[in-house]
Amino acid sequence: MTTQEIANPELAATEVHGITRSSFILRGALAAGALYGTASVAPFVSQAFAETGGGDVEILNFALTLEYLEADFYNVKGRQVGLSGEARKYARVFGAEEAAHVSALSAAIKQLGGKPVAKPTFVFPATDEKSFLALASVLENTGVGAYNGAGPSLKSKEVLASAGSIVQIEARHAAAIDLLIGKSPTPNEGFDKPLSKAEVLAAAGPLIKK
Amino acid sequence: MASSANGTETHEETPPQPAGIVERLARDDVDRKRFLKMAGSAGAASFGAFVLAACGSSSSSKSTTASTATSASSSAGGDIAILNYALTLEYLESEFYSKVIAAKLFSGKVGELLQSFGSQEDSHVVALKAAVSKLGGTPAENPKGKFPITSATQVAQLAYTVENLGAAAYLGQAAKIQSPEVLASALAIHSVEARHAATLATLVKKSVTPQGAFATPADMSSVLAAVKPFLS
Repeated sequence: MTTQEIANPELAATEVHGITRSSFILRGALAAGALYGTASVAPFVSQAFAETGGGDVEILNFALTLEYLEADFYNVKGRQVGLSGEARKYARVFGAEEAAHVSALSAAIKQLGGKPVAKPTFVFPATDEKSFLALASVLENTGVGAYNGAGPSLKSKEVLASAGSIVQIEARHAAAIDLLIGKSPTPNEGFDKPLSKAEVLAAAGPLIKK
Repeated sequence: MASSANGTETHEETPPQPAGIVERLARDDVDRKRFLKMAGSAGAASFGAFVLAACGSSSSSKSTTASTATSASSSAGGDIAILNYALTLEYLESEFYSKVIAAKLFSGKVGELLQSFGSQEDSHVVALKAAVSKLGGTPAENPKGKFPITSATQVAQLAYTVENLGAAAYLGQAAKIQSPEVLASALAIHSVEARHAATLATLVKKSVTPQGAFATPADMSSVLAAVKPFLS
């Protein structure tokens, strides 16, 4: 209806798989930390997603893909990298919370009669604590923008309420990580920016191997 | 494709929504109990929306805003009430931070953070007032608060409480908002309140996610009860 300007809905996970080739191209942007300046790379992926039907199941499946990504990042990559102190603690706690999101979203998709997407394989360009935390900041902030962007497109109020209870956690993670690395915990000042699906994919797509 | 044979398909109807299921799934009991305990002693919240349109960051929303305001006066009434509720809470948060800053209890990085949070709450007030007016409502009055400001420790604790209440309050209203534009703005504010809450949690050495993986909403009456001691 009238929401397309703000909403950026239909974040179907199936389409995430479709951008594998673009991911290659986009990986450079990721490494450069230029994730938020996605305007230039978005066109690569946007056509592929132009005609998604939308719907709560598709949105939830897209969220599920992002949560798989975050859970793997903390729970698998986090262990490989060798973290210490606060970073280690956050990775442990946040990883468990992302895993809980995965479970809840999978269950919700089934309850709505949908089929949860399979977990993709991820590749994370982090080699030490510093690069791990920098990527954590990008992922968490992208997660906040993704949920906020999709929220107005959700049809079910129950799904919306659940998405709200998850995005608040993503925002808390984002702030904690940003504080830890000396960045502002409120990078968007008073109003978090809703991200379009193209923007989310530009940030997360390069991390999805298949 | 199942194309439209009979005109009105089920497209906009989205049939399968077993009430409450997702909500139940998304919240386990332990987290919930813990939160309720916290909300009882603390509370806080707010709710916003529309801000994006009101702030002009989305130039394309003008037409939809106008149609929302004119065509849906009954649902606008609900949104206006929610926005005014949020506005009331933002007034209190804003005043709280200005008192804290005036008391000069914090310096350095923490002082800067609190100052930025205060000006963000100010921007919420401005945006919410504009949103209420845009919907044809009358913005709520500044309720004027009274806050105990005694020490840095006490203030940090109170700020932590207030921000958690604020985040829970916005969350408690999200599913009740009718206008997608208002909802988008409320979400944009909600996650900022959450960022504030997490930041303050690190300051008072508490968990940044005190409720675990799923934040619990607070309804209007519990939030208003929680802020009552702060109304003069």
